[in-house]
Amino acid sequence: MKSLARRLVLAVPLLWLLAFFVAPFAIVLKLSLSRAAMARPPYEPVFNLSDGFWGLVESARQFTFDSYSLLLSDWLYLDVYVSSLRIAGLATLIALLIGYPLALAMSRAPAHWRPILIVLAIAPFWTSFLVRVYAWIVILKDEGLLNHALLGMGLIAEPLRIFATEGAVLIGLVYAYLPFTVLPIFNALDKQDSALVEAAMDLGATKTSAFWSVTFPLSLPGLYAGALLMFIPAMGEFVIPDLLGGSNDLMIGRLLWAEFFSNRDWPMASAAAIVLLGLLLAPLLLFERAQSREADT
Amino acid sequence: MPRIGASGFAALLLGFAFLYAPIGLLAIYSFNASKLVTVWGGFSTKWYWALLDNRLLLESLWVSLRVAFASASIATVLGSLAALVLARHGRFRGRTLFGAMIYAPLVMPEIVLGIALLLLFVALGLERGLLSIIIAHATLGMCFVAVLVHVRVKMLDRSLEDAAHDLGAGPFTVFFTITLPLIAPALLAGFLLAFTISLDDFVLASFLSGPGSTTLPMRVYAQVRLGVTPEVNAVSTLLLAFVGLVLLTGAAIAQRMRAV
Amino acid sequence: MPQPLLQIERVSKAFGKTLAVDDVSLEIAGGEFFALLGPSGCGKTSLMRLIAGFESPDAGRIFIDGRDVSADPPHKRAVNMMFQSYALFPHMNVAANIGYALKRRGLSAGMIGQRVRDMLALVRMEGFEERRPDSLSGGQKARVALARALAGEPKLLLLDEPLSALDRKLREEIQFELMQVQRDLGVSFLIVTHDQDEAMAMASRIAVMRDGGLAQIAAPRRLYEKPASRWVARFIGDANVLEACVREGAASQIQLEIEGALHLVVDGADEAFHPGASVAICVRPERMNLHAERPLTGNVLAGEIVEIVYLGASISWRIRCDNGAVVRVITSSGIDGSFERGARAFISYAPDAARVLCR
Repeated sequence: MKSLARRLVLAVPLLWLLAFFVAPFAIVLKLSLSRAAMARPPYEPVFNLSDGFWGLVESARQFTFDSYSLLLSDWLYLDVYVSSLRIAGLATLIALLIGYPLALAMSRAPAHWRPILIVLAIAPFWTSFLVRVYAWIVILKDEGLLNHALLGMGLIAEPLRIFATEGAVLIGLVYAYLPFTVLPIFNALDKQDSALVEAAMDLGATKTSAFWSVTFPLSLPGLYAGALLMFIPAMGEFVIPDLLGGSNDLMIGRLLWAEFFSNRDWPMASAAAIVLLGLLLAPLLLFERAQSREADT
Repeated sequence: MPRIGASGFAALLLGFAFLYAPIGLLAIYSFNASKLVTVWGGFSTKWYWALLDNRLLLESLWVSLRVAFASASIATVLGSLAALVLARHGRFRGRTLFGAMIYAPLVMPEIVLGIALLLLFVALGLERGLLSIIIAHATLGMCFVAVLVHVRVKMLDRSLEDAAHDLGAGPFTVFFTITLPLIAPALLAGFLLAFTISLDDFVLASFLSGPGSTTLPMRVYAQVRLGVTPEVNAVSTLLLAFVGLVLLTGAAIAQRMRAV
Repeated sequence: MPQPLLQIERVSKAFGKTLAVDDVSLEIAGGEFFALLGPSGCGKTSLMRLIAGFESPDAGRIFIDGRDVSADPPHKRAVNMMFQSYALFPHMNVAANIGYALKRRGLSAGMIGQRVRDMLALVRMEGFEERRPDSLSGGQKARVALARALAGEPKLLLLDEPLSALDRKLREEIQFELMQVQRDLGVSFLIVTHDQDEAMAMASRIAVMRDGGLAQIAAPRRLYEKPASRWVARFIGDANVLEACVREGAASQIQLEIEGALHLVVDGADEAFHPGASVAICVRPERMNLHAERPLTGNVLAGEIVEIVYLGASISWRIRCDNGAVVRVITSSGIDGSFERGARAFISYAPDAARVLCR
């Protein structure tokens, strides 16, 4: 009876994930090896279970790496990947430059402030993502709040053109995922024994050198985690480049969307998705390793 | 402030200003009487009243609320079961794989998950609509629930369950009198998180919606792409307020649970 | 002999490759206060969890009241446990905690209420029914945990390091209360502890465990005065263990050679010793005397004083004997004669102050 219950507890979520997470990706993989066609569904070969096993094998013979070779040879696609990497990397750098001082200040705030500060840092994550992105449109548009204020104060004569540029995309990405960067860094800093810095200063370090020789190196695991939690979602982001970026600011997410909905080239979109996952695998594994090392200590 | 100092205080102020000023401005300007979004024309709530006449918006809100409730309920059940498996089933074969299946959707770009699920429905020849969005949101939500509940179950002092067992409770009684009440706050938090994620999702819903199942974020997105309007400001502010309300209610219920 | 309450028959239990409990047999009588004592990792907690039913033995059987319970789950055993962390249910008040076992049995609310009040009176906690566990002090938590474990009238109460979370003063207080409750109710108590003072003070019999096995089972006094092995001698209290060689071994009077001198030991020994056998003797520091001049008769060791620690009521001495062994002696602080560090000193002990150890 008990072991039956145990099996049920495992089986229900497992079957769900197999059906709605694993199976879909098997289909994406299969589709990325297929050919686009003017049909419904818009690709071939179409597996037909009624053909039996050999029918499936026959269909599988038609698999092709066309989509992948196009992705890897066409400069248009390569450009998108490179610019995605660049934008995600830049956003990560900016997020660290903003997030680290914030996390440091949080960890050094009086103890009774900290619970409130943590809630303040997490709360944006719960609020609507779309609304947070939209808020920046209101601010950054040519006739938006920022330009309005700057023009009104006479600081600029011409409206600044930020909206629909890469700059706006960067601002959006940093804004949306900053909490993910701050929290791991804060955790790493908060865990540190304050006696370590005192010991360093007792041994002759100045405040600055104590920070760089003790506090900072010890916070590196949190810094890595925070960087990856910014970089990974930034790479696959669709909404932010679509709403804040210009039509030239292509990122992988927008490419996928366009291939899927506008060009209806499903094999191409599938292949692009697989390549995106491949690009994310390395940082993901790094993150996983950092996490398990954290768990060991 | 013994250790924080002036620069630290400035970092806190600037950091949180960066996080909160944009949505704060948005909320303020939703009460702007002027039709020009950036020019302050006095206080007014007219854009909120105008929403009540926007039938498409209200319809999509109703769709979104139903989807969010259904998917968060499924996600809570499935995610809690998954969390119990991760925390309590010890080292069974394939545990690492199971754990990876739970964590993968959390970091996977939504657009990839959306495409994958859409292709599944196409391959199975199933109609897209409310049900497909609910399934997509439940799949994503269950992983968030699983992580939240897993943390709570791991923190649970094992000797509490041992003690109940020792005092004469069978496995099911132990679960319902000890384990479940003690992880209930995490279940609630998980449900609320899954609910807000579903209510907020645009990407998955765009891939998986069919005719008549346009969600609120899809409707808002379409309007946002057309430009900034005072009405969208009002909807956005309502969404912010709603999430705030949900969180406050959740915190209050969790407080009550602890006190009873 | 009446049937023992708890009977453990050649029980073994391994976790992975470590043998936590290794072929242990023991019996506990009704109304007994029994202690399982040993260093951490010796298997005492595993043995207790086997008795409670949280683990099932790989080999051997466990009987309670003559019935084999080896396969029974914890909730079917007439055994309750007071947990090291107390494991009070944080989402229930004190009354619900204490009434938990009774509620599982389907007793009426009135009966449960009455029993809860009785149990609270037993641990002197009247009026605490509505309190939450996290609002209780450490000592109050311990009392509630005791009351909860006893509410279901177990035949045997298991206590897993019940005092380890308390400070010294409170520990003595709760220790005293545990003994009183045990006497009043006549329930058998089995306490697991690594604190020998605790075991000595409370238990009528102590089982010393080492590496999963039983090193010795005896009453506290016998355990201290007649340890069964070098390891037990060193584990329980302070012991001077001196290697010796048997010259002549009658059942009660044994002649030994230590440092080339003949020593006479009167041990109520259970076994005879063969001449030439290598053994050891254990002499407790307070059973040794210190002299400035060599005593003319008796068992004498000679050496140099290397350390003198004044402890108020007593003085602790360390003397390096001529063969290199360091012996600890405790005398009353009123000892005659002036001894200084580095001075030569002689140690004597009575023939019945030593215990011969073969293992």
